[in-house]
Amino acid sequence: MKITDGLVLDHLTIFKGAKRLVALSAHVKKGEVLTLMAPSGAGKSTALAAIVGALDPFFRQHGKIFLDGQDITDLPIHERHVGILLQDDLLFPHMSVAANLAFAMPNIGQSKGERRRLIEQTLEEVDMPLHANADPATLSGGERARVALVRCLLAEPKALLLDEPFSALDQDLRATLRLKVFELTKARALPVIMVTHEHADALAAGGEVISLMGQALDISKT
Amino acid sequence: MSKTRRSPIAAAPIVLISLLVLPVAAGLWATMSPVLRPISGQDQGAFMSLWSWNGLWPAIRLSLVTGLAATLIGLAITAALFALFQGHRIFRVFLRLVAPFLAVPHATAALALTFILAPSGWIMRGVVTLFNALGIPISQTPPDFITINDPGGLALIFGLVIKEVPFLVLMCVAAWAQCDAPRRRLVASALGYGRITGFWLTIWPVLYPQLRLPIFAVLAYSMTTVDMAMILGPSLPPSLAVQISKWITLPEPLYQGMAAAAAVVQLTLVAATLLVWRFLELMGRAISRAQFQSGIRGLSLDGPIKFFGLVFGLVGFGVLIFGLLALGIWSIAGFWPYPDVLPQTYTPRVWAEAQSGVIKATQNTVILALLSTVTAVLLVLAVLQSEFLGKRTYRAQRIIYVPLLVPQITFLPGLYQLTLTAGISGQTLTVAFAHFIFVLPYVALTMGPAFRAWDIRYAMVASAMGASRKKIFWQVRLPMLLRPILISSAVGIATSVAQFLPSQLIGAGRIETLTTEAIALTSGGNRHLIGTYGLVQSLFPAIAFGLALWVPTLTYRNRRTLRAPK
Repeated sequence: MKITDGLVLDHLTIFKGAKRLVALSAHVKKGEVLTLMAPSGAGKSTALAAIVGALDPFFRQHGKIFLDGQDITDLPIHERHVGILLQDDLLFPHMSVAANLAFAMPNIGQSKGERRRLIEQTLEEVDMPLHANADPATLSGGERARVALVRCLLAEPKALLLDEPFSALDQDLRATLRLKVFELTKARALPVIMVTHEHADALAAGGEVISLMGQALDISKT
Repeated sequence: MSKTRRSPIAAAPIVLISLLVLPVAAGLWATMSPVLRPISGQDQGAFMSLWSWNGLWPAIRLSLVTGLAATLIGLAITAALFALFQGHRIFRVFLRLVAPFLAVPHATAALALTFILAPSGWIMRGVVTLFNALGIPISQTPPDFITINDPGGLALIFGLVIKEVPFLVLMCVAAWAQCDAPRRRLVASALGYGRITGFWLTIWPVLYPQLRLPIFAVLAYSMTTVDMAMILGPSLPPSLAVQISKWITLPEPLYQGMAAAAAVVQLTLVAATLLVWRFLELMGRAISRAQFQSGIRGLSLDGPIKFFGLVFGLVGFGVLIFGLLALGIWSIAGFWPYPDVLPQTYTPRVWAEAQSGVIKATQNTVILALLSTVTAVLLVLAVLQSEFLGKRTYRAQRIIYVPLLVPQITFLPGLYQLTLTAGISGQTLTVAFAHFIFVLPYVALTMGPAFRAWDIRYAMVASAMGASRKKIFWQVRLPMLLRPILISSAVGIATSVAQFLPSQLIGAGRIETLTTEAIALTSGGNRHLIGTYGLVQSLFPAIAFGLALWVPTLTYRNRRTLRAPK
């Protein structure tokens, strides 16, 4: 397979003992969203863990993963440039909101002031301009989810994985955040893989929907 | 992280195991080797000389009885506390008190008890004063019945229980979280089981296996303690461990041989008792299994056990608190005749006289505590980090219990001989290393659970943001675990301060610490001086615990999640 753009899963297969949990081949182009749908406990998070590079050695993995043409299959997590957003925000509790964001930003020699300006600008993008110095624990669930999202993006990933990132939120917040996520990932032309068991999430994503075994699912019927 | 690069940190577990096991093994061998040599000028071997010592059987009996009784009572109290009070608001207050009590060095606690229980102690003074006030005739001199140093070892058992319960409680807290106890208790209660019976049938079978090694450590310690037995135990004959510590100071080959033979006996005794304990465990399990299907709810047990638990708990804590208070008062007391409850005059004289000695001993104590604790904390951090990076827990981690299970008195004398041969005896660094052998297990035991409970997804998301392992360790993991690290450090410092034999033996009597000085003073019986040293001795660990609680609260005053202890 010779493709330069986006995220490519080339016969990515994951075994737990003799049991095959995941078998995927897919090409997610920049700005597109691929949705993986499966019931709880079927191995959705395992599939994402393999792509991000955090698969437990307890599982066996075959196949290749390419990102913008580069084989990242054997790279350590921190060299893959694959961001991940989980159901829990996992904001570092010992850091302020701004410090959480600064932690994610690569240092390319900007001045302190420039870094700070970028952080404030990003917070404005998610309608939280005044929260830079806040303690993450004092934010609402929706606010924390938005900070987690921009923290992910400030790390300048070349692809983004979403592991049921909306399921901890109630319906209204869920819809708003979903829109925000897809708006921001499209603006940055990121290939996105999302796992979910919610049809609404899959519909909103607007892309292809497949099972963990790679079969296309038709979600309009249900 | 599928391809793990080797880093020097991967070697940390092996370093840790060798630093613990090698000295213990070498020390054991060197302690016991005189048994194999014929004693010059004697026609009988070391064991024959030991058999002919008529204190042997009382000493063995004392070791067995104090060890088993203190462990059983301590365990029963700990289990009853968790069964009855876990989840209550009082219990949280109680848990806050546990750390400071754990910090009180064994010798201080023992001295504090003597100030209360002795025939001339506070209890008798109180009784006599009360009788006098009521006009009931009573002797105005201290009674001549024996309270502490009783031949049956009751005072020693009492002291051991007071010191062991806080440790067992701490171990229980760590194990409690892992056995789904609150939900089990809820189910048992909903089915109509009493708290004690529900605990015994549904939680204890899962909790106990995690407590086994700490209990073994308590048992081995209780059978072989030297410092507490010197203060609270009988003296003619003393416990086996105390007798060994006396023989090894005598130069004659006869006594060296007897000490070695007695060390063999002591070690065998501990091993045999651990086996007996295993047998008791099996019996307990059989009883519990037979009870599973009986359907007996045991509701009537809760009331009486709660009553006795509260009474014992209050008496134990009360005696210790008042004992510490008595230490403080004696250190500033002027004229304090029996049976007055308080001194007639107060004076700073003792503090002024003891000043230079106390300062010297404090310096040594602080240096030893810091050297051993800092090294232990760094090594444990390295081991936990290598465990984390290698994504596995080492079964070998149980080896950290080796220095707690092998009695000090059976390997420290040999270790001393080896340091003598190597020409490094009596040096601060050598003593610090001996402390380190005992500090390390406690640091590992208190730090491990918090580190393993840390949500590794924090590391995953940080990694996915491009953070290196180093950055994650220094900027995420370490700061989030600041509180447990500091608490473990305080435990380490308290452990080091409490060490008697390692300071006394490996220091060759040349490194005076607050603990060695306090114990040396007990034979002189100067209560003013004992009070002074005892007080300073417990002050230092208390400061360490205070800092461990206060520093994270200050550092994270603007971070709600980390501000208060969990």
